[in-house]
Amino acid sequence: MNTIPNRAAICQVLMDRAKEDKDIVVLCSDSRGSASLAPFAKEYPEQFVEVGIAEQNLVSIAAGLAKCGKKPYAASPACFLSTRSYEQAKVDAAYSNTNVKLIGISGGVSYGALGMSHHSAQDIAAMSAIPNMRVYLPSDRHQTKCLVEALLGDEKPAYIRVGRNPVEDIYTEENTPFAMDRATVLAQGGDVALIACGEMVKPAYEAVKLLKEEGIEATLLDMYCVKPIDKEAVLAAAGKCKALVTVEEHSPFGGLGAMVSQIVAANNPRRVINMALPDAPVITGTSKEVFDYYGLNAEGICRTVREVLGQV
Amino acid sequence: MGKDGRKTVNYKAFSFDLRKNVIDMIVAGNGGHIGGDMSVMDILITLYFRQMNISPENCEDPDRDLFVMSKGHCVEALYSVLAAKGFFPIEQVIDEFSRFGSKFIGHPNNKLPGIEMNSGSLGHGLPVSVGMALAGRMDKRANRVYVVMGDGELAEGSVWEGAMAAAMYGLDNLCAVIDRNRLQISGGTEDVMAHRDLAAKFTDFGWHVINVEDGNDSDALNAAFEEAKTVKGKPSLVIANTVKGYGSEVMENKASWHHHVPTKEEYEQIMRDFESRKEACSQ
Repeated sequence: MNTIPNRAAICQVLMDRAKEDKDIVVLCSDSRGSASLAPFAKEYPEQFVEVGIAEQNLVSIAAGLAKCGKKPYAASPACFLSTRSYEQAKVDAAYSNTNVKLIGISGGVSYGALGMSHHSAQDIAAMSAIPNMRVYLPSDRHQTKCLVEALLGDEKPAYIRVGRNPVEDIYTEENTPFAMDRATVLAQGGDVALIACGEMVKPAYEAVKLLKEEGIEATLLDMYCVKPIDKEAVLAAAGKCKALVTVEEHSPFGGLGAMVSQIVAANNPRRVINMALPDAPVITGTSKEVFDYYGLNAEGICRTVREVLGQV
Repeated sequence: MGKDGRKTVNYKAFSFDLRKNVIDMIVAGNGGHIGGDMSVMDILITLYFRQMNISPENCEDPDRDLFVMSKGHCVEALYSVLAAKGFFPIEQVIDEFSRFGSKFIGHPNNKLPGIEMNSGSLGHGLPVSVGMALAGRMDKRANRVYVVMGDGELAEGSVWEGAMAAAMYGLDNLCAVIDRNRLQISGGTEDVMAHRDLAAKFTDFGWHVINVEDGNDSDALNAAFEEAKTVKGKPSLVIANTVKGYGSEVMENKASWHHHVPTKEEYEQIMRDFESRKEACSQ
């Protein structure tokens, strides 16, 4: 059972690279502990900037650093980063085209018991609507590592959302198929296509196995690159499957499901069911309890697939 | 002539030439923030012509001085100054300003040479400048970072986040300027959201504050920027007490001229006023 959360995987990559690359700068808003970035702050104090509880400042300072050739990674809880500093992300990062990487930690309902103020069920929609902003939700720690390594190689802004808790491994140290901005195909089947991102990939992966036992063949896309979404992969899946089911830890509006539906509707109409959090304050509990309550687990995905295939 | 035999520049007279370009831009483009353009002009001229190491030739040099126009709505004044510095022809700006598909839009954008950061929404410039100043210090550069804010802008909370961070990190390579013209769209700044004692506020935040009584006097501004360069261990703030609409009684100290476009009669009167003030200061 993996005990390393994706946020710690991000820290490890940055630690590994910061020694050689002095332009890497990490910024936190009193969030170094929750971002798992305390080791970075300790090891590279000259490459670490604490801004205090000031998310707007966090993003603008990161943009100023980037303008001067730095490679800033600004980490803050996704709920604040994607809304409190939304305008700074829009103007100072995206519009000014600065190399700012925004790390939204404890995303979705990671802070399940803390209430709606601490949930980020709008971040995909919000960030995706900004021109020149990319949005990534890696699934497990291995993919997170590949993603951050790839992001270190470009000079454009991006928003990365990770959850608080460790995610069970989907990939391995030796085998993590990864191509930047291309979905990873985790299963190939002709009955239904599951398209998931972030922490929802793991239950979707389990669902594929359960469905197979029932004789239902599923395709599964790990759509970690929500924007730019891998349209080709979506259309390939739509082309061979009877229906599609999207799964995300997000509002039903403006997220992965909406994007997939848009692509499928315009190109190759098929039934698309969006599994997501409700458009309502999310029930209190651990993220697992919340996921189970809303059916965002393997069994819930299987149930949805059975229903949709019964109706096709 | 100066003591060294070189011709001294009459910056006041020069400022009226650049102000004329702004008026032409605004009339041609049928919009712009005329009042603030007039108040900020002498600050920009002093920075670009007397202080900053910046030119079309070195605008990619990592050691250049950096400027952020936080009060981005006064971009017309910035265009006029950047054109005079040779970044682009002023005729092109006047022809294209605010036109369909133009690069010369109503707020700074860094697709144009000489502009570092896009702005428009207020309260971003100071925190961005903090990042630039931090980068300069990390790389042990000798360059300086300048940011110009409006006084109405100071109601934005993010300004004070940046003010705290600049002092916390002791950024003595950062100099902020407040174009203190005391007016904003709805009226006087002290009536809309009072600043009370701005100097005391920033001093309490840990800044070195320099009050320039006549913020439309380039020599006084220049002296303030020179003083700021000598300050160690803390950021500096120049409070430039300016006149909104400076240069013509038609516009001066009138909140309604925040973004008014002059009529034909007003245009002619303003241009005459500029000319007579230019003559007065040239004698």
